[in-house]
Amino acid sequence: MERTALRRRLTWQVGTVTEVRDETETARTIVLDAPDWPGHLAGQHVDVRLTAPDGYRASRSYSISSAWTGEGVELTVEQVPDGEVSPYLVEVLKVGDPLELRGPVGGWFVWRPEQAGPIQLIGGGSGVVPLMAMLRAHGTAASTTPVRLLYSVRRPASVIYVKDLKELAASEDVDLTFVYTREAPAGEPRVGRIDAALLQAKAFAPADDLTTYVCGPTPFVEAVADLLVTGGHDPARVRTERFGPTGGPR
Amino acid sequence: MGIISPGFTGRGRSGSDLPPGQYLTQDFPVLSAGPTPHVLPEHWEFTIATESGEMHRWDWAAFQRLPAEEITRDLHCVTRWSKLATDWKGVSLDALFEDVETAADFVMAHSYGGYTTNLPLEDLLDGQAWIAYQYDGEPLAAEHGGPARLLVPHLYLWKSAKWVRGLVLSDTDDLGFWETAGYHEYGDPWKEQRYAGD
Repeated sequence: MERTALRRRLTWQVGTVTEVRDETETARTIVLDAPDWPGHLAGQHVDVRLTAPDGYRASRSYSISSAWTGEGVELTVEQVPDGEVSPYLVEVLKVGDPLELRGPVGGWFVWRPEQAGPIQLIGGGSGVVPLMAMLRAHGTAASTTPVRLLYSVRRPASVIYVKDLKELAASEDVDLTFVYTREAPAGEPRVGRIDAALLQAKAFAPADDLTTYVCGPTPFVEAVADLLVTGGHDPARVRTERFGPTGGPR
Repeated sequence: MGIISPGFTGRGRSGSDLPPGQYLTQDFPVLSAGPTPHVLPEHWEFTIATESGEMHRWDWAAFQRLPAEEITRDLHCVTRWSKLATDWKGVSLDALFEDVETAADFVMAHSYGGYTTNLPLEDLLDGQAWIAYQYDGEPLAAEHGGPARLLVPHLYLWKSAKWVRGLVLSDTDDLGFWETAGYHEYGDPWKEQRYAGD
């Protein structure tokens, strides 16, 4: 996408919810029919705006989880316990409801099918959402570019897109590794965090044409990006997207 | 265009003085495009390059000898969080520009790690901008831009370049990193200038 396309003026438009899918206890995918949607790149996000009867408004950004196939857009929203917008999207919004959208937004944390070189995806928790869009775009484009996903989650029940991911892993197009931080399924005894040894064993080694995408909570991204740079990856080839507060005392 | 979101009531109307579309947070979230650069103060250098190519240079020791100010300002991030009354210590850009001769109107800020952002020079002067090196009484953490970052609190926070290493003056308003990727060239939170064309 050229600069002119990325700097196109964005206007609010009304989409209609055509389907909702509960991915986990706290994450939900929302499928929208949006006739004026201009299309998007995998990894981009969208602003969502809610309006109360008295005119009060609240907006937030969410990652797009679908690849652009010519119509519609899907978001996956993780409910933030004390949030204002996400509880509505996860618990209240229903099929047939209107939803105001503005986007797509963001031109850096994106994967383009025409870009050269293998792709390493590393997600923590709901940070997998834009990475799923990349996997889907990879499939839609029938790309032969090697792709690996390292997905760090608390426990098996926290895995978003579990069915889709297992299908992708079985298809041999995608090398998928789950990292369970609190509780692993039977037969997969390892519980722990992504560390240098795991990156060495499961992630692509540093290479001039490799692009690595890391998305997740800020402390997760800080830790993984530092490990990658220490492990010899060129910082300019590691793209990150962080959400939430920094760790530590506050 | 006005639609009502069925079943949405919203949280309590705070009544606080936030720019449009922002919400209040007590946290300090982080938005960065890549790994956090870890720059040691002894390797740190800050430069101002004029449109005629003249270079002004400070190492950490020289920078620390400049008069510092305590700054308390509200922060507004384009990702919609605002954090009020944050406490910083830093050197005013007025002090850094004292001996700089320029007729340029625009500045490109450059950071360790390759980040860039563009600003009008007049937004950096007259007590509006600092190179900050302390946050909340502590040395600025690397993930928040330490050892030193630009602080331009009247614009969206992406203009306050983390890990800043220099300013390049120019007669033309070229686009920086996020600006090239679709964000507004100026970024006034009170006018909600989030994206190009806003």
